[in-house]
Amino acid sequence: MQPTVTFFSGFNINDLWFLGEAALRTMWISLLSISIGTVIGAIFGWILYEGKLAATLTVAPILDIFRSVPLIIQLVLFYNFAPIIGLNLDPFASGVVILTIYTASLVANVARGGIEAVGTPMRRAARSLGMTYWQDLRHVVLPIGGRAVFPAWVGVALGVMKDSALVSVLGYVELLKASQILITRTQEPFLILTLAGAFYFALSYPISRYAAALEKRWAQ
Amino acid sequence: MIEIRDLHKYFGTLHVLKGINLDVQKGEVLSVIGASGSGKSTLLYCINGLEPIQDGKVVVDETDVHAKGTDINKLRQKLGMVFQQWNSFPHLTALENVALAPRIVKGKSKADARDIAAQQLSHVGLGEKLDAYPGALSGGQQQRLAIARALAMEPEYMLFDEATSALDPELVGEVLETMRMLAEEGMTMICVTHEMGFARDVSDRVAFFHQGVMEEIGPPEQIFGNAQSEHTRKFLANVR
Repeated sequence: MQPTVTFFSGFNINDLWFLGEAALRTMWISLLSISIGTVIGAIFGWILYEGKLAATLTVAPILDIFRSVPLIIQLVLFYNFAPIIGLNLDPFASGVVILTIYTASLVANVARGGIEAVGTPMRRAARSLGMTYWQDLRHVVLPIGGRAVFPAWVGVALGVMKDSALVSVLGYVELLKASQILITRTQEPFLILTLAGAFYFALSYPISRYAAALEKRWAQ
Repeated sequence: MIEIRDLHKYFGTLHVLKGINLDVQKGEVLSVIGASGSGKSTLLYCINGLEPIQDGKVVVDETDVHAKGTDINKLRQKLGMVFQQWNSFPHLTALENVALAPRIVKGKSKADARDIAAQQLSHVGLGEKLDAYPGALSGGQQQRLAIARALAMEPEYMLFDEATSALDPELVGEVLETMRMLAEEGMTMICVTHEMGFARDVSDRVAFFHQGVMEEIGPPEQIFGNAQSEHTRKFLANVR
């Protein structure tokens, strides 16, 4: 009689490396999307603030769509339909594109709130000193408004980092996808998901701590 | 010299300034008094171009403030302004607050800008507070900080928009003292104010505004002792 074929094997130390690598990929895709998305979002926020009617009719509805449609649907739609318009992007690139737009749509409103938080009197004071529009924006609005909405932005960034798990549906082996692979092989979902959760925590926690420390320093 | 000719200003359909004519000479201290909503603060905003105007013109040292080709940012360096809400930059220390504009607008080196800032801050009595953040300063100190910040641009005119109105009563004195000092140094000043004592003692001329019209202008003795206009007399009787 033939020996039974074993499909499953237990969790071993190499799998921890596998998860660690996947965590780095989560970090990398989040870092890229959040950085680019924040810059684009800040520009959209400025357009929303300055653009009045024109922006309300153009940019705002587009941002609303990206904020309102579940990320997983955006990812699947984009990954499958982008090739039709000649964009052959791999799962990573598709993930970055969608996460970036998603981040930008969230940051746009945060950024607009930041500009509003500075207020007209403060900006007039800056302009009365002879600052140009752009000097006022760079040296007064950005630091003051940025600090006002920094906690909100950290919330967006941490949210996007966790939402990057959804890129797993495209087959990109980030933390969640790696966990699923390991669960299939080891049949130990409890252990693996706990470990994956710990990795997510290890990525988020230093950011929230650092953010809290910054806020404390600014509050003096 | 500041020349204002037939200045009209509307906010929407609201006619806030109804044909103002006014000259302010170099070295003069002019106080502008009147009830809230009489257009006196708006006048200041029109002088340094923070508000567009609908008719007439404002000319500062032969430059038309509202003309198309005017480099308004350059012109504003001549026109220091102090606001009712002092608007100190909360993320910068007192020294950095004052040094910012000389550095980025005038292109001074960091060291030069700091020297100018330190000098202006001691001038207004804040020499001990260079490294304090505005949040740690009293309202009166923040307002003096705002004055130092404006002075650091070496303006030729200073516009004060109710500089003491938002202050607690016990802090008004120190700011008025600073303004008095500037006047004695020969600074050209236009002070929109509710401080009648200051207007009487420090100004060369006092202008009374009533519902968007400059009802009366003259030396303080005239305005406070022998006002020609019924409205002026009524207003002064009420504030005293």
